[in-house]
Amino acid sequence: MDAADSARRAQLLASVPSYRLCIGCGACSATCSAGQFTQFNIRRIHTAFNCGQTDTLAEQLDSCMLCGKCMLVCPRGVNLRSLIIRMRQLLAN
Amino acid sequence: MFSLFVIPFCIGVVLLFAISAMKYVRWIRQFDKRQQVVIRHNIWSWRFLPAIWEAFREGLLHWRITRHHFLLGYMHRSLAFGWFLLIVVGAVQAILACPDGHPFYVAIFFNFFEPRSEHIVAFARSQTYAHVMDALLLYVLSGLTLAAFKKVWSRPLGMRQTTRHNLVDRVAKFCLWCIFPLRLLAEGATSAIYHNGGFLVTSLGSLMNAMGLDNEIFEYHLWVLYSLALGAFFTLMPFTRYMHIFTEVFLIYFRRLGLHDTARKDGYTLFELSACSRCGICIDGCPISNPLGINNIQGVYLLQNIRNKDLWKQSVNIAENCLVCGRCSTDCPVQIDLETIRRQVRSKDKAPIDKASGYQYLKSVHAFNAVGRVGYFGGCMSHLTPGITEAMEAIFRAAGQDYWYMDKERTICCGRPLLQQGFLQQAEELRHRNSELIARSGVTMLITSCPICYQSFTKEYHLNIPVMHHSEYIARMLQEGRIHAERSALRVTYHDPCELGRGCGIYTPPREVIQAAATLVPTRHEQEQSLCCGINLGNTVISNGQQGMIRDRAYQNLTEPKPDMVATACPMCKKALARGGETPVRDIAEIIAAQLTPAQ
Ligand code: SF4
Ligand code: SF4
Ligand code: SF4
Ligand code: SF4
Repeated sequence: MDAADSARRAQLLASVPSYRLCIGCGACSATCSAGQFTQFNIRRIHTAFNCGQTDTLAEQLDSCMLCGKCMLVCPRGVNLRSLIIRMRQLLAN
Repeated sequence: MFSLFVIPFCIGVVLLFAISAMKYVRWIRQFDKRQQVVIRHNIWSWRFLPAIWEAFREGLLHWRITRHHFLLGYMHRSLAFGWFLLIVVGAVQAILACPDGHPFYVAIFFNFFEPRSEHIVAFARSQTYAHVMDALLLYVLSGLTLAAFKKVWSRPLGMRQTTRHNLVDRVAKFCLWCIFPLRLLAEGATSAIYHNGGFLVTSLGSLMNAMGLDNEIFEYHLWVLYSLALGAFFTLMPFTRYMHIFTEVFLIYFRRLGLHDTARKDGYTLFELSACSRCGICIDGCPISNPLGINNIQGVYLLQNIRNKDLWKQSVNIAENCLVCGRCSTDCPVQIDLETIRRQVRSKDKAPIDKASGYQYLKSVHAFNAVGRVGYFGGCMSHLTPGITEAMEAIFRAAGQDYWYMDKERTICCGRPLLQQGFLQQAEELRHRNSELIARSGVTMLITSCPICYQSFTKEYHLNIPVMHHSEYIARMLQEGRIHAERSALRVTYHDPCELGRGCGIYTPPREVIQAAATLVPTRHEQEQSLCCGINLGNTVISNGQQGMIRDRAYQNLTEPKPDMVATACPMCKKALARGGETPVRDIAEIIAAQLTPAQ
């Protein structure tokens, strides 16, 4: 994980503070609309982003439909849609 | 008939018309190409007739504001209509008094010139005119008094929050507020010397004489100040909220011609931005304002920020923090399409992150042959509320309806959540996929349980089959006697989902459905005034806790009459409200399904 990655992570935490509440339970991935068609797994994406493994993340994130199901099931109230949009913005820059 | 003091007024008038005309021409040239075609096509139609009536009703009488709150409407009307009549009656008075013509400013400063100019002749009923002019001035002053009162205490005028105006608006308002008292004083001083004018100014004149004022000196200065206030106000007008006075008339006309906001900001949007009077009516109903107490994102501030190019960056932040609950657009007396304008600002159209290529995986979904059946689209959210989809299947079976549950296993989102966040191309891709599936399946009608999907299918898709929300469908099945429900003893309150009620205007069918199976109990905030459940997908900014605060307010309203059950017609509202407390929350489909009885 290099400096750019940690800077990006810090930015994400700043704009989506609820991100730090995630306990990795995977409920979001289990219900995900996109996940029913593909390998898309929002919890794995969190982990990869945290570790700076961002090579294919942008592409993976593109399959989210922003339907909001994940947010409704998250027991910790993580603002997942905001997280996804923000990650996409950060990875595009 | 000339005096130096009229110069500020004349300069103001010339600047006002020149600058406004320049702006209007520039905006008209920025109309979207398709809008220009619509204008050319409709310009010579009869549509200008209702537009004239509406412009009179809204621009001068402020009908919609009066319906919102009587006293507030009176305040706006007395200023607008009162001033308008002062100008019109003043012009008639000047024409009658000067048979051989007069410069235009004479009508405005009539009481000054009347005793001095030999061109002005006595005319029939001239004294009646003077009284009428005084009555009108009094009418305007009464509105002004209310406006000043509102500044100190706005509650009695139906406003909890009033708009925070910027500096130039405040200066212009100061000039406007000076105009009428100065006119009264100037006319009073003239009357003190020449004893002209109606009941109001003659009384003031006598008072001034009684006070022993040196009116000869005062008088001219007062007319100078009056002219300066007018001139300053007119010069500032095109740069302030008061531009709405003329712009609203144009907007009404364009709307009647068939124009509307499009995905991108164009000339029509520019007219809307300036037609906003910054009345602040859009603030109080906004759930972000009450209960969250955030008072800088409402329609009035969004438009103000977009209008000022330097504040564009802020307008993006403002636009993001909105639930798209539609309350502000419903309340707005100018009927500005705030939702579409927000979407224009949120648009990520030119950004690299809005690309549709991510959905290749949806190509694997194949249509089912369902020719002749109705299609049922649960929507993403209904998958989290299996009670609703099961109830719908039970209702289809009871009605003997052949149906295809098109997203039973896997859902392709309708695309509206993406659209609301400004991902236009991605939303388009999802619409394309769903449209293709629907068309290939051969269904004769589409029924959905989710108001978000319903709004999307009816407004953003171009399907050539009818689309129904399940509330409409169940109401129809009950009406046609295809299903029967037994009334229970339950007392039920109903929550209008934003997307279904304000979004699509569906208020009656869900209520009919409830009444077939239970007793419907009214609440304080119903229909257009209904409160958002808080989870609405429109907002990505507020926290879970803030969503909870918004939900609590809605829940409290719904449970105030102590019902046995809260009903709604949206899977998301159901989820949200169920977290509010102990009272059970059910979808109308579940309520009916529980009471289904075989046909007698
Ligand atoms: S919003 Fe995206 S990540 Fe969340 S459930 Fe829907 S498709 Fe999955
Ligand atoms: S559901 Fe919430 S807490 Fe669980 S993994 Fe997803 S984001 Fe984290
Ligand atoms: S948007 Fe409408 S309601 Fe809000 S301040 Fe402007 S005119 Fe008034
Ligand atoms: S749509 Fe709703 S949340 Fe958004 S500004 Fe209007 S009233 Fe407020």
